[in-house]
Amino acid sequence: MKNKKDYSIIIGGAAGQGSRKAGLIIAKLFNNLGYNVFISEDYQSLIKGGHNFSIVRISESQHFSTREKADFLLALDANTIDKHEKYLEEKGCVVFNKDKIKREKGVGIASDTITKELGGLPIMSNTALIAGFSKAMGIEWKVLEDALKKELTKGIEKNLEIAKRAYEETKTVLILERIKANPDPLLTGNEAIALGAVKAGLDIYYAYPMTPATSILHYLAEHEKDFNIITSQLENEIAVINSAIGSAFAGKRSMVGTSGGGFALMTEGISLAAQAETPVLIINSQRSGPATGVPTYSSQADLLFTLNSGHGDFVRFIAAPGDANESCYWSGKLLNLAWKYQTPAILLVDKELSESTFEFDEKVLKEIKKEKASLWSGKGEYMRYADAKNGISPMAFPGNKAVVKGTSYEHDIKGLSVEDSESIILMQEKRLRKFKEMALEVDSLEAVKVYGNKKSKKAIIAWGSTKGVALEVAIKLGLKFIQPLVLQPFPKKQFEKALKGVDKLVLVECSALGQMAKLLNCNGIKVDKEILKYDMRPFTVEELEKKLKNI
Amino acid sequence: MENLETTSINTWCPGCGNFGILQAVKLAINDLISKGTPKENIVIVSDIGCNSKIVDYLNINSFYSLHGRSIVTAMGIKMANPELKILVFLGDGAALDEGISHLIHAAKRNSDINVIMHNNRLFALTTGQFTAVSPKGLKGKSTPEGSIEEPINPLELMLAANSSFIARAYSAKIEHLKNLIIEAVNHKGFSFIEVMQPCVTFFNTVQFYNEKVYEAVNPELDSREKALALIKEWNYNGEGKIPVGILFKKDRTCFEEESNKHLVKDKKPEIEKCLQTHL
Repeated sequence: MKNKKDYSIIIGGAAGQGSRKAGLIIAKLFNNLGYNVFISEDYQSLIKGGHNFSIVRISESQHFSTREKADFLLALDANTIDKHEKYLEEKGCVVFNKDKIKREKGVGIASDTITKELGGLPIMSNTALIAGFSKAMGIEWKVLEDALKKELTKGIEKNLEIAKRAYEETKTVLILERIKANPDPLLTGNEAIALGAVKAGLDIYYAYPMTPATSILHYLAEHEKDFNIITSQLENEIAVINSAIGSAFAGKRSMVGTSGGGFALMTEGISLAAQAETPVLIINSQRSGPATGVPTYSSQADLLFTLNSGHGDFVRFIAAPGDANESCYWSGKLLNLAWKYQTPAILLVDKELSESTFEFDEKVLKEIKKEKASLWSGKGEYMRYADAKNGISPMAFPGNKAVVKGTSYEHDIKGLSVEDSESIILMQEKRLRKFKEMALEVDSLEAVKVYGNKKSKKAIIAWGSTKGVALEVAIKLGLKFIQPLVLQPFPKKQFEKALKGVDKLVLVECSALGQMAKLLNCNGIKVDKEILKYDMRPFTVEELEKKLKNI
Repeated sequence: MENLETTSINTWCPGCGNFGILQAVKLAINDLISKGTPKENIVIVSDIGCNSKIVDYLNINSFYSLHGRSIVTAMGIKMANPELKILVFLGDGAALDEGISHLIHAAKRNSDINVIMHNNRLFALTTGQFTAVSPKGLKGKSTPEGSIEEPINPLELMLAANSSFIARAYSAKIEHLKNLIIEAVNHKGFSFIEVMQPCVTFFNTVQFYNEKVYEAVNPELDSREKALALIKEWNYNGEGKIPVGILFKKDRTCFEEESNKHLVKDKKPEIEKCLQTHL
């Protein structure tokens, strides 16, 4: 018997069969029953066939991580059972399509037959499976009916007819009770990023499609009118970053999103944004590399590259959130910071964060507003790069009664090119003063979070999507857990505070080289042990617990 | 006359074709301002190369972008504020080597920017190497035995990419170029002006252009066939006469206007409404 309700459901099928949608509907069903839910997606880089699955974790306590073991398996094809049955708990149950899969154990639903008899489309067979599964879990018809009405956009009547039949034909195996009253919105990391930026005043989103950042483009394009923004897909990532910089130069808040390979192409633009002092927010969602790597799987191996992205001497803001709430908050915060400090800012996420589905706390949105940037007063002759004390020269835009000269070249205060030593030093030192201000800004933010047993001498450090599993295991094992959120400028003071009393520091990271340890080492912090995973899948709770038990 | 001078010292070689282009640009900007375009609504965007120093020589809004990226930077500026009139200055190396994809796509999507390509037919600021439009056999420091590649015809490329305004000019014909720039700015949509520009230091073509350039008129401006006949008169090697003037012009909807049309002024984003779909 478990103390608290905590179930893991695997929903699997071939690509194109609709397992992801089925997973989302099931997650929403339990969300409506008051459960905390989290969905992790595993899919391959293909359109039809192969094997895709969603892991839906439903629990009384909130967890943003997956377990190795599953309590329920919903199989859209036989392959799903072959691949996942070995992970089924002893008392676990398989719910399957009886027309496709021949087996005795579990709950079989004649979903194809039902669909055919009622004259539905083949894809509606999933509706029958979801309905049968719901009945097996003891979910009331009304709850299921409401969820289906909301989620299905086409053929609602027919779908409901099929669902009803499958529901009636299936027996209940256990009853999952209602827990709390109010469901929370379910958002992927990418959707949360989009909302945070919109709340902070996003005007234009430019992108070139690349997994796992593509769904930011899709989501913003879908809601272009709701958000009153422009989304634009251009010919490559170089066009994307340079257009975004052009738009910011003309006064519009712009953002771009990509993954490693596209980010590599954008680096010349990051350098340009630093030199021209033009704000831009870049979302870099890591996937497995090097090169094409394993395109639809996760990784945390672009940390050092991101920290050093762009040629030349400059500092950029980099933040790495660990869940949807933090993704929303930091995309909004970074857009504001980019404008406050006229600098490139990078939100570093990963596939597991971008594409997993989290419960979202709407209160986060209330913490984000469009913060004002430093603008020209309109008095006197305008100097784009005026030698301001704090290094932040007020902005004016073309169309204002000013001559605005932005430039990639080293420049004087007006923005005219210079090559003499004195002028170069003046402008470099103006930027250096700004970098100092940026570091002070980081000190004022919650740049490092501490969780778990704060008195423990053993601490684990994890960032990005690894937060979810690290947090859960740290609490379980009575360890301290330190999560760095801002990676540049490095929050040294907050780190020192977090590390007080710690005599053993263990890094948990999805990479082969332990990149966070290198960043910490540059800042005088020694990591004693590294637990690394490089099969491009996130750590499961069991896996990490085993590795951390004897530290 | 609007004073467009800056404090920067001009560093172009004496006799450079860029001086003629700069003069024509000043005249065109003055003409636009005198006919009602506010000076603050004009933005010039440059690339990298001798030509791109032009932003330092004109006291007007400007962005000095990266090599090959001036076109996309300009597109971003226009997207953000469609009221602005944008002139892009770049060389043949930027337009046809480093940034050729952006040139093709900007023409294809009919971005409402005006691209002025200073065509000296080689990389000059890097002291003389062949570009995509250098004549075959051009001897430069990277091709001491002569370039082995045939040049491409950029105007033919622009016609294929569906550019809605295609023109050619010669840097020595200042008044003619001035008028072309004004026509381009007044044309709604993508405009491409190729300016034949001698590089007196590395590839002096003054004599060559003086003999070959002639002012041409396309009697049917929206005819692709007639435009192509004029465009193909010269092959970018030694042969043929070189027609200058507007060679093709055909109006169609432009990119930034289409991209902006759904925006509602001062409308707040409806995030709450959107969150409802996530329950």
